[in-house]
Amino acid sequence: MSDYEAVIGLEVHVQVKTRSKMFTRAAAGYGFPENTLTDPVVLALPGTLPVMNRAALDAVVKAGLMLGCEIAPVCKWDRKNYFYPDSPKNYQISQYDQPICLGGSVEIELPGPARNVMGEHKRIPLTRIHLEEDVGKLNHFARESLVDFNRAGTPLMEIVTDPAMHTADEAFAFLTALKTVMVYGAISDCDMEKGQLRCDANISVRPAGVATLGTKVELKNLNSISFVRDGIAHEIARQLAIVRSGGKIDQETRDFDGQTGASQSLRSKEQAHDYRYFPDPDLMPVKVDDAWKDRIRASCPELPFEKQRRLNRQYQVPYTITSVLVPDRELCDYFEKVAALSGQPQVAGNWVVNDLLRELGQARISLGECKVRPEDLAALVKLVSSGTILTPAAREVFAEMFKTGEKPEGIVERKGLKAGASSDDLERWCREAVAGDPRAAAEFRAGKESAINAFKGPVMRAAKGKANPKAVDETLRKLLGQG
Amino acid sequence: MESEPYYQTIAELAEQLDERKLSSVDLTQCVIRRTKAVDPAIRAFNSFDEADALAQARASDERRAAGKSLGPLDGIPIGIKDVIAVEGQPLTASSRMLENFVSPYDSTVARKLKGAGAVCWGRLNLDEFAMGSSTENSAFGATRNPWDLERVPGGSSGGSAAALAAGEACAALGSDTGGSIRQPAAFCGVVGLKPTYGLVSRYGLIAFASSLDQIGPFAHTVEDAALVLGAIAGHDPLDSTSFRVEIPDYRSEVRKRRGPWKLGIPKEYFGEGLDPEIGAAVEAAIRFYREQGCEIREVTLPHTRYGIGAYYIIATAECSSNLARYDGIRYGHRSKEAADAVDLYFRSRAEGFGAEVKRRIILGTYVLSSGYHDAYYLRAQKVRTLIRQDFLNAYRDVDALLTPISPIAPFKAGEKAADPLAMYLCDVYTIGVNLAGLPGISVPCGFSKSGLPIGLQLIGQPYQEAELLAIAGAYERAHDWSTRRPDMDKSIAAWNASSAGRTFG
Repeated sequence: MSDYEAVIGLEVHVQVKTRSKMFTRAAAGYGFPENTLTDPVVLALPGTLPVMNRAALDAVVKAGLMLGCEIAPVCKWDRKNYFYPDSPKNYQISQYDQPICLGGSVEIELPGPARNVMGEHKRIPLTRIHLEEDVGKLNHFARESLVDFNRAGTPLMEIVTDPAMHTADEAFAFLTALKTVMVYGAISDCDMEKGQLRCDANISVRPAGVATLGTKVELKNLNSISFVRDGIAHEIARQLAIVRSGGKIDQETRDFDGQTGASQSLRSKEQAHDYRYFPDPDLMPVKVDDAWKDRIRASCPELPFEKQRRLNRQYQVPYTITSVLVPDRELCDYFEKVAALSGQPQVAGNWVVNDLLRELGQARISLGECKVRPEDLAALVKLVSSGTILTPAAREVFAEMFKTGEKPEGIVERKGLKAGASSDDLERWCREAVAGDPRAAAEFRAGKESAINAFKGPVMRAAKGKANPKAVDETLRKLLGQG
Repeated sequence: MESEPYYQTIAELAEQLDERKLSSVDLTQCVIRRTKAVDPAIRAFNSFDEADALAQARASDERRAAGKSLGPLDGIPIGIKDVIAVEGQPLTASSRMLENFVSPYDSTVARKLKGAGAVCWGRLNLDEFAMGSSTENSAFGATRNPWDLERVPGGSSGGSAAALAAGEACAALGSDTGGSIRQPAAFCGVVGLKPTYGLVSRYGLIAFASSLDQIGPFAHTVEDAALVLGAIAGHDPLDSTSFRVEIPDYRSEVRKRRGPWKLGIPKEYFGEGLDPEIGAAVEAAIRFYREQGCEIREVTLPHTRYGIGAYYIIATAECSSNLARYDGIRYGHRSKEAADAVDLYFRSRAEGFGAEVKRRIILGTYVLSSGYHDAYYLRAQKVRTLIRQDFLNAYRDVDALLTPISPIAPFKAGEKAADPLAMYLCDVYTIGVNLAGLPGISVPCGFSKSGLPIGLQLIGQPYQEAELLAIAGAYERAHDWSTRRPDMDKSIAAWNASSAGRTFG
């Protein structure tokens, strides 16, 4: 690979999460019966007109602000003309020469040397982000093809990177980071299985040290983030094999099959379209002024990697914890509440990342469905730190909290899990233990420190394991005249 | 004959309806009878639904009986150009492409007319997809001019103008992209108003050229036009290009505003090719305004001569995209011969569209093509800006402009059908108004020696329809042109005599 360098640019389509479609009030959604999310506008019936969904524009402005893009002062719409049965108007309303967002970048993290060690961070520059409408879906059958227009008209962001990545791992890290930002901003759920995030990759190779780009191949239908990585790795290898044996790369569009790991040519560039772009006369340009941008800016959340750095700084929680917390904004919020209420961030981090996630995973439920409230988990952390209960008992309490949503104090009381029960009992057991072994008592008083251990076994037996070792130790020392 | 209800004005009819001297059912039946009698000769209607119209009329009568009249349009049969969607009624654009299409939804104007109690009456013929100036480009047969059945009614809203002129409706809606309301109004001797772009919602109007199209009324009088305009105007959240503007009571404004006005005469509109009889009629109108104390000024609209070129680039570019949706996939004509999806497009569109529509789609596709886009489309947009600026400059000195509508009188059917370019050139006085987005009105201003109507065009300032209607009304009140109606018995007899063997049932 050192003789050649691969160059990768991505075109990512992200469905914007809005209640209604991009240019009409029909509902947007996934998994509904065919052609039920339609109206006269979606179906492009004669005489219908588009009206812009402001929530969708808000979302793309938010994406732009979160990614450091320059926001265009005016949102202008163009028609991209081409015929395809899944396109009801046979033109797509899109943005051609004045995308709503220009520039910006996505911070990515490459794989570290080990799973628990942070990898290198870098920024992948963006060329542009624009807003457009999604098309319907063709379903092919033996003798006919049918169109489902449920998806048609769904707001869709196109995010285009500069040709600035060089490995499949970078592309993978880019999509992972982009997805996290989109989910953080509640801009999209980015569920690739539902087509909410789709990616095409432009890949070329060139001799190392050369500035101009080689002939590019467009890779399409990469329908999972892993397939993006595998497809790009496969394509780079394919191109390198060709150039190293003196061959030439054809400009073409290829289809990568993630299941078989093979790709095949879809079309060559000669069949490229003339989209006859022109400004859509049905839509007025929309001014995006400073007040608009300020309003959106106020709703932008902290970026994932910024949050990770802050958690590390503010709570001294390690990478092993933050790397698990940060991709999930709700989990971070949950953690921060537990950390603040308990005053013990590291312990809180362990509870959230280890115990809570394990229980959620086993129960196959989301955090939103979880019955354990952060204040209750914080109370549990405090019960342990105050010595009221012991860690093994705490795990039992947590399992019960997770099942029932009951407060930890109630469970501890009901199950009698309090460490050491009353101090009267503890003192009685200790007194009996000291009285039962006068020799050890004498040895301890004579200065043999280890002699104190002789009393602990009988105390613990009498306490049936519920005594707090620290409290036992203190009580014994007091009784032996040194406390 | 003039006393027949179908030839009376809305203002007169509304009074009789309010006084219970006439019911909407009687009026509607009268219009239906008239339509059945004369439309075989005129062919203004693509279709009509008698039972539906009478049901609407009955509902209107019930409202009035309950003291809940919705206003002067309640119970008045208003014809609708067959590019404007009315729920449950055919919507064909006079094209084979949409021959069997029934609209499942109401256009905003239809919803508003229904809200005003009007009887939405019939589907009026037009040049296919509103492309043409004679209504000869209809896939279902040409409409004839009621004043002379040998001649065209103008276009593209020829069905609307002819139906009104012949008493087959009490008013009508049309659409105007380059003169398609004003020119047929002039050819048929009725009032036709093209409102300011953005005053009337386009939602539910089959798009020809989105940046130029406007819906507007045809009526016997300026006052009637004001009544219908008041019912359909106003901002619509379903049309992003509709404008937020206060809608005045146009009828009372017409009565109130008395001038005198400063009127501009654009010298470029009186040049070569103007029929002398039309020129004389318009000159007479100018004299009238002068005598009324109006200040008449010659003004210049220097970019007028680039108008036709710019118009036919912008309009065709937009139509090439707007008509892409007619592909045989979801609705409309679908070829039975197709082998695959691409073949389905080719065949369905080849079979579904007429020659003029294809000509304009091809032209529009060409001017938007990579490599030509800047030379044609972009330049045309610049010209458009200059033309609008011409008008706005003129309005610094005058309140409105006065011009002819058409350089020529209604021509004989078939006379220009073979020469599309000659037909395009006839739009010279009307397209500037569309390119500049201004309101324009056509008012009858006389008849030729052979008895053909002549129209006067008044062009107003943006959203100043009240002023424009008032200026037109001042002329109308002092003349009797708007009270004249074609004698259909005579027209039909003359037509039968001139074309042996052709009769009407």
